[in-house]
Amino acid sequence: MNLPEQLPVLPVVIPLVLAPISMLLPSGRAPWAWATFVSWLTFAACAFLLAAVEDVGVISYALGDWAPPLGIEYRVDLANALVLFLVSGIAAVVFPFAYRSVQLEIDARQAPFFYCALLICLTGLLGVTITGDAFNVFVFLEISSLSTYALIAMGARRDRRALTASFNYLIMGTIGASFFVIGVGLLYQATGTLNMADLHDRLAGQSNRVVDAGFAFIVVGIGLKLAMFPMHLWLPNAYAYAPSAVSAFIAATATKVAVYVLIRFIDTVFGFEFEFLGAAFTYVLLPLGLAGMFVASLVAVFQEDVKRMLAYSSVGQIGYMLLGLSFATVEGLTATLVHVFNHALMKGALFMAVACVVLRAGSHSIHAFAGLAQRMPFTTWAFIISGLSLIGVPLTTGFVSKWYLLEAAFAAGYWYAGFLIVASSLIAVLYVGRVVELMVLRPPHEDGPYAIPKRDAPLEMLIPMWLLVAANIYFGINTELTGGLAERAAEALMFTAGAGQ
Amino acid sequence: MGDFSPALIVFFGGIAALLVPNGRLRNIFMLALPALAGWQLFSLGLGEYGTYSLFGETLTLTRIDGLSRIFAVIFLIAMALNIIYAWHVRDPVQQVAALVYPASALGGVLAGDLITLFVFWEFAAITSVLLIWASRNRRAFFAGMRYLCWQIASGVLLLAGVVFYFRESGSLQFTNFLDQGLPLNDPAVMLIFLAFGIKSAFPLLHNWVQDAYPESTVTGTIVLSIFTTKLAVYSLARGFAGAEALVYIGAAMTAFPIFFAVIENDLRRVLTYSLNNQVGFMVVGVGIGTPLALNGAAAYAFCNILFEGLLFMAMGAVLYRTGTVKGSELGGLYRTMPWTAFFCIIGAASISAFPLFSGFVSKGLIIGAAAKEQFYWVWLTLLFAAAGVFHHSGIKIPFFAFFAHDSGKRPKEAPLHMLIAMTITAVLCVGIGVSQLFTGPLGDPLYALLPYEVEIKDSHSAYIAYTAPHIITQLQILLYSGLAFAVLQRTGLYPPELRSTNIDSDWFYRVPGRAFAGWVIGASGATFNACWAIVSDRIHAIMERIYTVHGPEGQMARSWPIGFMALWTAILLGFVLVITFFA
Repeated sequence: MNLPEQLPVLPVVIPLVLAPISMLLPSGRAPWAWATFVSWLTFAACAFLLAAVEDVGVISYALGDWAPPLGIEYRVDLANALVLFLVSGIAAVVFPFAYRSVQLEIDARQAPFFYCALLICLTGLLGVTITGDAFNVFVFLEISSLSTYALIAMGARRDRRALTASFNYLIMGTIGASFFVIGVGLLYQATGTLNMADLHDRLAGQSNRVVDAGFAFIVVGIGLKLAMFPMHLWLPNAYAYAPSAVSAFIAATATKVAVYVLIRFIDTVFGFEFEFLGAAFTYVLLPLGLAGMFVASLVAVFQEDVKRMLAYSSVGQIGYMLLGLSFATVEGLTATLVHVFNHALMKGALFMAVACVVLRAGSHSIHAFAGLAQRMPFTTWAFIISGLSLIGVPLTTGFVSKWYLLEAAFAAGYWYAGFLIVASSLIAVLYVGRVVELMVLRPPHEDGPYAIPKRDAPLEMLIPMWLLVAANIYFGINTELTGGLAERAAEALMFTAGAGQ
Repeated sequence: MGDFSPALIVFFGGIAALLVPNGRLRNIFMLALPALAGWQLFSLGLGEYGTYSLFGETLTLTRIDGLSRIFAVIFLIAMALNIIYAWHVRDPVQQVAALVYPASALGGVLAGDLITLFVFWEFAAITSVLLIWASRNRRAFFAGMRYLCWQIASGVLLLAGVVFYFRESGSLQFTNFLDQGLPLNDPAVMLIFLAFGIKSAFPLLHNWVQDAYPESTVTGTIVLSIFTTKLAVYSLARGFAGAEALVYIGAAMTAFPIFFAVIENDLRRVLTYSLNNQVGFMVVGVGIGTPLALNGAAAYAFCNILFEGLLFMAMGAVLYRTGTVKGSELGGLYRTMPWTAFFCIIGAASISAFPLFSGFVSKGLIIGAAAKEQFYWVWLTLLFAAAGVFHHSGIKIPFFAFFAHDSGKRPKEAPLHMLIAMTITAVLCVGIGVSQLFTGPLGDPLYALLPYEVEIKDSHSAYIAYTAPHIITQLQILLYSGLAFAVLQRTGLYPPELRSTNIDSDWFYRVPGRAFAGWVIGASGATFNACWAIVSDRIHAIMERIYTVHGPEGQMARSWPIGFMALWTAILLGFVLVITFFA
C-alpha cells in the first residue's frame, strides 16, 4: 500500500481521523493550529487529486477493497475534483482566519469543540462530494449537517437567536435529508443497487411510479439543502446568527456542495432519457431559479443586517446556478459549475470582511459600516472588490460567471432569461452599493454603539481574506482553471446523462 | 528597454512622478523623463515597434519614420523646456498633466494605426483639460467644459470615422486616406477629416482655442499651445497630405485671425489667434502635399513650437510678475524686465520671419511651395498673412507689453528658471535661423530631420533660405507692415487697447446657442416632468408594494415559523410529484 494509490480517500480520512485530536488539545492556540494544519493537509490532498484527475481522467477507489457496486466506491471525476478543491481551499483559508474571530465570539472552553466540529463539517462536505454511492451521500450529508447545527448554535453566546436559527435549520435539514433518503430508498427498491454508476445503468428504461417518486423526493430533499426558493427560509437566520467564521465557511461551501449533488443525481444517476427531467427543468428549476434571483435579491436590498443581506443574496445567487442547470446544455452546466466555484470565492471573502467588522465593531448591523473606509480601509476594500465581483463587474470572477451564464441563456434560446440575469444583477448593484455608499461616503460614528476605533483587522485575518479577494481577481482574468475545467467536467457529465444521443 | 514606447515612458513616468517628493527632486525626475524618452527614440531608430493585437487586428504602438520623428523630437524638446519654465510650480495636478498630456500627444504622433491614435487622441483631450481647470476658478471651469465638449466631439468623430473606414477598407493602418482611393467626401474620410479639423482649429471650428487656452495657468497655456494643434497638423500631414481643400482652408486660417488679433486686448489671447494663423501656414503646406511643402509644414511646426512657445513664455512671465496680460494695463515693462523683453523680441522676430531667425528659413519653404505649385491667390494670402503676423505678433505683443505708454508698473525680472527656459528657446530660434549661413543649405541640421529628402536642383530652390530675392521680399513685407503700424499709431487710427470683449464665432454657441440649449433643456425637462408625474405615482405604488413584500417586515423577509417552511416543502414535493407523474 502506498500513499498515491490511497489518494482518493485521503480528503475524507485526514480531517475525519485528525479532527478529534483538536478536541483533546488544551484550549488556547493549539486546537486552532492543529485544525489549520489539518485543513492545509486536506487541501494538499485535494489539490493532488485534482491534478491526478486532470492527468488520468476518472479515478475509482473501492473502499476497503470491496469492489463496487457492492462495496462503497469513491469516484472522482473533474466535476467533483473541482468541488473538492474548492471546498478544501475555502477551508484552508477560513481556518487560519478563524482564530481571532472565534476568540471573540465563542467561549474559550468551547473552542476545541468548535474546531473539531468545523473539521467534521469539512469531512462531511468532502465526503458528499467524493463518494460514488447514493446512500453514502446521505451519510456524509448528515455528518456535515449535524456538525453545522452545533456550529450555528455556538453563535448563541453573542445572540440568542442563534439557537432558534439552529433549531429551525435542524428541523428543515432533517426533513430535507429524510426526503433525500426516502428517494434513495425508492431507487434502491427499483434497482437493488446504491452505486450511482450502477443505478444509472439499471434505471435505464425503467418507467414506473417508484422511480418517479424517487426523483421527486430527491430533488425536493436536495432542493431544501441548497436553499432553493421557496425552501430557503432556514438559510438567512442560520447564516446571520452563526459565528462569523462559520458563516464564511458554510456560505462558501455547504450550498455549493448541495448544488453539486443535485447535478450529480440529475446527470449521472438519472439522465435525459427520463421525460420527467425535462419537466422538472421547465416547471421547477427554471421558474424557481428566476424567482429566487429576484425575490431574494429584492429582500437583500432592504436588509438592515449585512450578514442577512449576504445570506439573501446567496439565495439569489443559487437561483443563477439552478438557472444554468435548467438549460440542460453543456454551456448551461458549465456556467453553473463556474458560478459554484466563483460564488464561493466572493461570498467567502464578503463574509470574512463582515467577520473583520464584527471583530472591531462588535456588530454586523449595517449601521456599523458607516465610514468604515476611514476606520478599516483594508477590510473596506476587500468588501468593495468582492462586492463588485458579486455584481459581476469585468475583471472579477462574478463577471466570468455572468458571462458564461448569459452565453448559455442565449445559446439555449432563453433570451428572456438573459435579460432577467442582467436585471437581477442591477438589484445586486443596489444592495452592494448601499453598503459601499455607507462605507465610503458617510462619516464614521464618533460615539454610540457603532463607534469603531481606527484600527484595521489583524494581519492574520487580513491575509486570508485578501487571498480570497486576490483569487476573485485572478480567476476573473485567468479563466483557465474555472472555465476550462468546468467545461470539460460539464461535457463529461452531459455525456453520461445522454445528451445529444 | 527593448521596444518600449517613448510616449509611454513619459506617460507612466508622469504618473509615477507623484510618488517622488514634491520639490526639486520631482522636477529633476520630471526633466529626466523626456531625456529618457529621447534616448529611447534615438536608440530605436526608424521602424515599427511594439506591435500588439486586438480584435484580431495587428496594431502598432510605435512607428518612427521621417514624419513622426521630427514631431516627436520637437515634442520632447518642448516638454523639457516647459518643465524648466515651470520649475516653480508645486501643484501636482499641473505637474502630472504637463507630462501626461504631452505624452499622449506624442503617443498619437507615434501611433501606427487608427485605434492607437484614437486612444491617445482621447487621452490628450482629457488630460489637457486638467491644465485649464488648474486655474481653479469659475471662468476656467466653464471654459474647460466647453473645451472638453469640442475635444470629445473630435474624439467621437474620429472613432466613428475609424469604424466606417475599417468597414470600407478593412484596414486600420494610419496612412494617407486619399491614397486608398477614397474621396474626401466619403463619409468615413469626412468624419476623420472633421475630427482632425476640430483639433487643428479650422475656421469656425477654432473657438475653443481662444476660449480656453488663455484661461489656463501661467505655465499651462504654454503647454496647451504646443501639443494639441501640432498633433492635429501631424495627423493631417499623415492622413490628408495633398488634399487640395486644405490649401484653401489653411489660407483662410492664416488670414482671418489677424483681424481679431489686432483688436484683442488680452495679449495671451492675441497669441492664440496667432496660433490659429500659424497652424494655417502648416495646413496650407499639408494641402499642397509635395515633398517640399510637407517638409515646409514639418519644419514650420518645429520652428513654430519654439518661437510661439517663446512668446507665450514671455507673456507668461509678464503675467507671473504683474498679474495681468491686458494690453491696456501694460506698457513700459522693458525698464525692469529687460531680459524678458529681449527674448520676446527674439520670438517676435522669429515668428515674423526676419532673416537670421528660424521663421525665415521655414516659412519660406511653404510660401515657396505655394508659388511653385501655382496657387497664386493662396500665395498672395500667405504674403498678406505673413505681414499680418509681423503686425500682431511681431510688433503688437512686444510693443504693448514692454514699450508703448508707461503703465507705471515696475515688476521684477522674470525668475531665473524662466529666463533659462527662454534663453534655450531663443538660442534654438536664432540657431536654426543662422545655421544655414555656416553649414550651407545641404548641411542644415533642421533639414536632416525633415520627412523627405532635401533636393536642391537649382539656385532658386526654396531650400536655400539666404538668396537675395527671398531676403528682399521678406524685408519689404516686414518694413511696410512696420510702417503701416507706425503711421496708424501716429495718426491715432490704430484700434486702441481697450477692455472689451470681442465677439468671435463662438458667440453663436455661447449666446444664441446657450439660449437654444436652455430652451431645449427646459422643454425636455417640462415634458419629462409631465410624463414622470404620470408614471411616478405608479412607480411609487410599485415600490411601496415591493417594500411591503420584501422589506424587513415583509412576507418574504420575515422569519417564518418552522411549520410554514415545512408546509412549503410539502407543497413543492406535491408539485414535483405531480409533474414527474404526468411528464
